[in-house]
Amino acid sequence: MKEESAATVNYLNCDYSIRSWLLTVDHKRIGIMYLLAVTVFFLIGGIMATLFRFELSTAAGDLVTAETYNKLFTLHGVVMVFFFLIPSVPAVLGNFVLPLAIGAKDVAFPKLNLLSWYVFMIGGGITLFVALTGGLDTGWTFYTPYSSTYATTDVLSAAIGVFITGFSSILTGLNFLVTIHKMRAPGMTWMRMPLFVWALYATSLIMVLATPVLAITVALLAVERATGIGIFDPALGGDPVLFQHMFWFYSHPAVYIMILPSMGVISELVATFCRRRIFGYSFVAASSIAIAVIGFFVWGHHLFLSTQSVYAGMVFSFLSFLVAVPSAVKTFNWTATMYKSSVSWQSPMLYVMGFMGLFLVGGLTGVVLATLGLDVHMHDTYFVVAHFHYIMVGGVLMGYLGGLHYWWPKITGRMYSEAWAKVSALLVFVGFNLTFMPQFILGYLGMPRRYYAYPPEWQTLNVLSSAGASVLGVGYLIPVIYLLWSLRHGKPAPANPWGGKGLEWTIASPPTPHNFEKPVIVTEGAYAYGEGGHGHG
Amino acid sequence: MAESRNPLAHHFDSLEQQYAAAKLGMWSFLITEVMMFGGLFLGYILYRCRFPEVFAQGSHHLDIKLGAFNTAVLIVSSLTMALAVHAAQEGRKQATLTYLFFTLMLGLTFLGVKVIEYSDKYQHHLIPGARFLWSEGDAGPPQLFYSYYFCMTGLHAIHMVVGAGLLLWLMALTARNRFSPAYYTPIEMVGLYWHFVDIVWIFLFPLLYLIGRH
Amino acid sequence: MSSPFALFPERASTMAWSVDALFLFILWISIFFTVGISAAVVYFAIKYRRKHDDEVPVQIEGHLGLEILWSVIPLILMMVMFFWGTKVFLQLVVSPADATPIYVVGKQWMWKIQHPDGRREINELHVPVGEKFRLIMTSEDVLHSFFVPAFRTKMDVVPGRYSSLWFEATREGVYHLFCAEYCGTSHSGMTGRVVVMSPADYAKWLSGQAPAGPAGGAMADVGAQLFTAKACNTCHDGRPGALGPPLAGTFGHSVTLADGSEVVVDEGYIRESILNPQAKLVRGFQPVMPTYKGQLSEEEILQLITHIKSLKSVEASGEKP
Repeated sequence: MKEESAATVNYLNCDYSIRSWLLTVDHKRIGIMYLLAVTVFFLIGGIMATLFRFELSTAAGDLVTAETYNKLFTLHGVVMVFFFLIPSVPAVLGNFVLPLAIGAKDVAFPKLNLLSWYVFMIGGGITLFVALTGGLDTGWTFYTPYSSTYATTDVLSAAIGVFITGFSSILTGLNFLVTIHKMRAPGMTWMRMPLFVWALYATSLIMVLATPVLAITVALLAVERATGIGIFDPALGGDPVLFQHMFWFYSHPAVYIMILPSMGVISELVATFCRRRIFGYSFVAASSIAIAVIGFFVWGHHLFLSTQSVYAGMVFSFLSFLVAVPSAVKTFNWTATMYKSSVSWQSPMLYVMGFMGLFLVGGLTGVVLATLGLDVHMHDTYFVVAHFHYIMVGGVLMGYLGGLHYWWPKITGRMYSEAWAKVSALLVFVGFNLTFMPQFILGYLGMPRRYYAYPPEWQTLNVLSSAGASVLGVGYLIPVIYLLWSLRHGKPAPANPWGGKGLEWTIASPPTPHNFEKPVIVTEGAYAYGEGGHGHG
Repeated sequence: MAESRNPLAHHFDSLEQQYAAAKLGMWSFLITEVMMFGGLFLGYILYRCRFPEVFAQGSHHLDIKLGAFNTAVLIVSSLTMALAVHAAQEGRKQATLTYLFFTLMLGLTFLGVKVIEYSDKYQHHLIPGARFLWSEGDAGPPQLFYSYYFCMTGLHAIHMVVGAGLLLWLMALTARNRFSPAYYTPIEMVGLYWHFVDIVWIFLFPLLYLIGRH
Repeated sequence: MSSPFALFPERASTMAWSVDALFLFILWISIFFTVGISAAVVYFAIKYRRKHDDEVPVQIEGHLGLEILWSVIPLILMMVMFFWGTKVFLQLVVSPADATPIYVVGKQWMWKIQHPDGRREINELHVPVGEKFRLIMTSEDVLHSFFVPAFRTKMDVVPGRYSSLWFEATREGVYHLFCAEYCGTSHSGMTGRVVVMSPADYAKWLSGQAPAGPAGGAMADVGAQLFTAKACNTCHDGRPGALGPPLAGTFGHSVTLADGSEVVVDEGYIRESILNPQAKLVRGFQPVMPTYKGQLSEEEILQLITHIKSLKSVEASGEKP
């Protein structure tokens, strides 16, 4: 970055001091600070996954003790969910791109944005502190009464860590919500907004409405853990299943906090790399809102077997099927956008194609699990594990990596090695399928999740899965190397390397501190590729 | 927004835009608060349906007079808060300060009464946990009632303390002439917050104090 | 138990094929859409790949008919799945009336099983082919989940309440029993086996098993002794004017409560009435019963329940049931 010519002042070279980063209120710099943080959390979560996948390559428990194994998968879940998947796309890419995409100088509340980052780091610090002081073994779901009464690990600190981190998410969602409502440039009407902005809007709604419930849930857990007041304790007449309802009231919508922004990224990428306005723009936009709204009423599909009433189960099952329709609509529209378009095979598009394949599998296996009669057999088995990894890793992570590759030139002003990026996209796709496809079979065979040792006849499939995880790990490490390499050695990026139509591509790479030098006036909808030649299919 | 003399922040185009953003932000924040208290109300409703008699018994141990007094205190404080906003709108600095001060005093009165009530519960061994004593049968469900009583009123009290801090902050800014009829957004936003906290109490009072009293 | 290359677990209950058939139906639909859409993506990506850098394709805004088509077709397919899935679910969770009860208590990290005739098993369950069984389950500590893949059934085991699960085994063999809800350090050790035997072998196994348990005898008999030992009989003696309501013959029937509502006497209601007697008071009786919380183990409560279930209303005192 030091080779930057002094002539152009941008948000990166305007001030090099540490202080200028730690006290920045620039949404672009805050995005980068989130990028650094979530990358570290991802590596920590990934190392834990590697360790327990290694343990699972033999049927008996031999590499680590059962206690250690339980702590590994718990912290893997906590770190990946709360400190990687939830902040990854919104807080990293959303922070960087959102104001640029709507022609704003910053988010509505820049100081609040910085506060979100600090709150996130404090929550993350406390959670990692738990890892150092003996770990946590409740599973990331913190189910009572194990977590409130029986666990001997540091549940209290972990609950406090998650509680604090929740506020980071609330504040980010609130900030984005107001930004999208009030900070759009003149002419940027709702139906002209890029679909990524629509997706962030839907995501922010969920963050604002659902996260406070998680906060009060883990707060009650922490109070109960600390004082034994009995809110979830069956011995005092409390109800452990109440915890599950409250937990999933947040945590199921949280799945949409993860996947919706990724879907938004995919819409941007499909448009740019096919040079085509997204087929059925308004349907794709509306489907994000539909997912966010219906997504609030499906939490009970995690509780089909929790002794919840049979009728409640039916309602939740029905709504879970309903929420699959808008996801299907998105997938069909992306595919249709490619028809008779001009498809570029640059690396972000490879991530898009990977996303499509993995998200299809993840979504359709979700439909399998929404089916009441099947969930009885598959609940809490590896089928569920494979399903949500297809969504949360296959879907979210492919979208995140695709978006990171897409906006990397804008963020850093540098181009990365296209060849290595293609290799990595391919490795991630192959490694991912090898890791998680066998887990579907294991799940149907009946292997319960969170098992440290398992019957020997399942070893073959577990070995396959562990082997896939190694490929996947390499696939994730390569981008860390070539992206870092590009910072120093990459070719300087032009303002618009991909031929994108978003406002962020109309300004320099990297952008100047206040984004837009001239007032922005928007005169056309997103993805205006045709020059007047609008065909109607 | 507060430290620069020019109240317009760099990233807004106009004061109107800044005001609209602040207002939407505050309302969104209040919605998050509704959801957070909602989690507590959910558990309360569940357990009250499960143990209706026990909840009524527990309720009868609360001091209805103090509760009613506090309700009146908060309603009056909402009035003084609204008057403070109105005074700020018209640029009457001294009146703004006075009304903010009264609001603060009423808030502190509420908290003082809460301290009296809490210490009374402590003396009667009604704090959930190891010291909890209940003479009328199984101590489990009554303890649940008091767990919710303390969680709900406790969370509310925390909001009152935060509100008191915000009122002090507003008084300091008002004294330093930071507000004018063109810009008094913080006063209005804290006003919204204060009314919200009052409304929460309007729900808490009947739910906790008035069960089974007709 | 099964080969390392099996894709499906053994089908050893009456419900196994129903579940598998539903699964195969959805699986094939899923494969159809996954392969179809993936193929379209790859085909379009090759067919319409960018030939030169300044290519601008024809712009297509969208097509309302297609949007409706690909919303409605998935919706219809999913409604089929919903109704079929719900039908199978109801078959799985609603126990037939003629099922024999077996009582299960989960604790960290073992399954304690009691048959009505008093036999106890730990982490093993012996049943004959062709007979329906209903497991009535609770937990002493944390959440557990009783899972037998070969029967395609599973149910959470929750402290403080009873859950139930039923099955009818169709094939002799030894099958996995797992705890499926994470329950702490040795969660993966909370496993066992379900041994399904022919009726003849089962009879032989029965005769080889001395009725276990310190008190010996059938669960209802042990429960009867407890009923006296805990002095339940002093109030619940069934005579007119007794302090407690009569119990004989009430099981499975509804009783009227003090507030006028009705409640069906089932395992859960008896358990609640032992531990929290004032929660649902029978009309016409004073709230005088003390709680037995902490004085009875989960297994003893189950024994009392079996005893109360066994009380037929022969000496019924004329109270309405």
